[in-house]
Amino acid sequence: MRNAFAAAITELAAADPRVVLLSGDIGNRLFDPFKARFPDRFFNCGVAEANMTGVAAGMAMCGLRPFTYTIAPFATMRALEQIRLDVCCHNVPVVIVGTGGGWSYASLGPTHHACEDVALLRALPNMIVLCPADAAEVRCAVAAALAQAGPVYLRLGKKGEPAVHQTSPRFVVGRGIVLREGRDACLLGLGPMVATALEAAALLEAAGLSARVVSMHTVKPLDEELLAEAFRRFRLVAVVEEHSRIGGLAGAVAEWLAAQFPPPPGRLVAFGVPDAFFHEAGGQEYARQRCGLTPVQIAQSLLRVAGAAC
Amino acid sequence: MKEPANNPADLDAMKTAARSIRGRVVEMSHAAKAPHLGSALSCVDILVAAYWGVLRVDPAHPADPARDRFILSKGHAAMALYAALAERGFFAPSLLEEFNRPGGRLAEHPSLGCAPGVEASTGSLGHGLPLGLGMALAQRIQGFPTRVVVLMSDGECQEGSVWEAALFAAAQRLDRVAVVIDYNKWQATGRTDEIMAMNPLAAKWEAFGWTALEVDGHDLAALVDALGRVPDRSGRPLAVVAHTIKGKGVSFMEDDNNWHYRIPTADEVRAARRELGLT
Repeated sequence: MRNAFAAAITELAAADPRVVLLSGDIGNRLFDPFKARFPDRFFNCGVAEANMTGVAAGMAMCGLRPFTYTIAPFATMRALEQIRLDVCCHNVPVVIVGTGGGWSYASLGPTHHACEDVALLRALPNMIVLCPADAAEVRCAVAAALAQAGPVYLRLGKKGEPAVHQTSPRFVVGRGIVLREGRDACLLGLGPMVATALEAAALLEAAGLSARVVSMHTVKPLDEELLAEAFRRFRLVAVVEEHSRIGGLAGAVAEWLAAQFPPPPGRLVAFGVPDAFFHEAGGQEYARQRCGLTPVQIAQSLLRVAGAAC
Repeated sequence: MKEPANNPADLDAMKTAARSIRGRVVEMSHAAKAPHLGSALSCVDILVAAYWGVLRVDPAHPADPARDRFILSKGHAAMALYAALAERGFFAPSLLEEFNRPGGRLAEHPSLGCAPGVEASTGSLGHGLPLGLGMALAQRIQGFPTRVVVLMSDGECQEGSVWEAALFAAAQRLDRVAVVIDYNKWQATGRTDEIMAMNPLAAKWEAFGWTALEVDGHDLAALVDALGRVPDRSGRPLAVVAHTIKGKGVSFMEDDNNWHYRIPTADEVRAARRELGLT
C-alpha cells in the first residue's frame, strides 16, 4: 500500500503544483522518485511529528496541499493536538497519512501499533477518515483526499496486502464498495481486513451462510444509506477491523445504530482488537490469530452467532 | 525576489498607538471580565513595533497573499492583538465591544477569521512557530517575498514543539522568519526561570542555529531595528529575546503576577488610563 501511495502522490504532484510531501524521517527510498522530480516540494521533517503537522497546516493556510507521512501511531497520536488545532480547527486541507495502521508493524511492539487512531481522529470536527482496503483503493483514496477542501486522515497498511479489486474501483468518499453479494450476513471490512472478510465469506459460503462483503473505506462520514439497507436486510452485520473495539468502525456503526428508531432488525457483531496492549513477539498474522481475527476464527464465530440467532 | 520597501511610522506615532492600545486593553479586561491583562500589556510595544514599523500589511487588503504574516502564538494576549488591529485600521474599534460577549466574534483567544488581520487560531502554546514555518515555506515555494513574525511568551518556550520547530527552521534556512519572545519572566503560577530552566534564553536559540538578539522589549526603535533585519540573507532565522515587564504601562500592575488573572475595577481602569495620559 505504501508503494501505491508513493506512486500516486508522485503522479498527483506532477499535475498539481500545490502538492507538498512532508515525511517524518521515513520512506526515504520510497520517495526517491518524488524527490528527484520535485525537490522543492519534499521535506524530511525529521523525528518531530508535532512540528511536521503544524508546518503542514501553515502551508495549507497559504494554499498548498500538504501530505504528512509517517508511521500511523506517530502521525496521529504523537501529534494529536496539532491535528486537532492546527489542521482541524483551522479546517485546512492537510492529508495525514499513517502507514502501518493497526498491527502492520506488530513485530515492533506496542509502540508501533496503531489500534486507537481511527477512534481519536474521527472524533475531531472537520476530519474525514479514509481506510483503503488495498493498493487499488489507495490510489483512489489519495486522489480523493486531494480533492477535499478540509482535513483527511488516510490510514494505510504496510506492503504486500492482498488485492481485493481486480480493476480500479469506483471510489467515492463516504460510500462503501460492495465486493461480494450475500443473503444472510453482511461483513463490513475496514482497510486490509476487507481481504480477511472476503476469505471468511468464502468459508461461510461453504458452511451454508451467504455473506455480503463491503469495503467501508470511509469511516467518517459514514455511509448511512448502506448501513440502513444492511441492517434492514441482514440478520447479522459484522464489522471486521484491525482497530480497538472502542471507537473504530464498529464504534461508529454502533453510534449510528443507537440513533435509529425504530431499531432495525439486524444485529451488530464486532471483530476487532481487544482493549489491551499487545506485548507478545510475533508478526501481524500471529497477533490477528491471538485475537480471533483470522478468516477461520471469524467464520466460526459468525456461524455460532448465526446459530444462536436462529 | 524583490524586497518590498519598508515604511515604518515615526516613533511618536508608535508611542501614541501603544498608549491607546494599553488603554483599550485595560478597558476590555474590565468590561469583559477577561484575564491575562498582565500578559497583554507586556507585549503591546512588540505588537506596535511589528504592525507600525516592520510588517508589510495593508488593512484594506488583509488577505493579500503577498502580505507579511504575524502570528500571536501567545494567544492569551488576544486583547492586545485585537486592540492593535483595530488601532491599525483592520476593523472598526466598535468590534472590540464584542470581546468575550455571548455570541460575539472576539473570544478570549483569537480564532482564524474572527476579524480581519487575525492569521491563526491560537491559545494552546507552542503552535504558532510551526504554523509560521509552514507559511514561510509555502511562500518560498510560491515565490512571495513574505516575512513571518511569531510572537511567543517565555513560558511558551517550555513546549517541546517550539524546539522541534527551532531545529527545523534552522535546517531549512528560514531567514525570513523571526520569533519575538515576550520575556516578562513570569508564567501563570510563578517565575519562568524557577519553574523551568529558561536562562540563558538567547543562547538556547543561538545553539539551535538562530541569530539571537536581546533587546529592551519596550524600546520601540530597538524592536523595529531588530525585526527590520529580516531577512538578513544569513540563512539563519532570527530570535528576538525582548526583555519586558508584565503589566507594563500601569505602575500598579507592573511585574505583579496577580494581574495574570485579576480583573481591574472601574477605579483601577480610571487610574490606569490616567497614568497612560488617556483621560
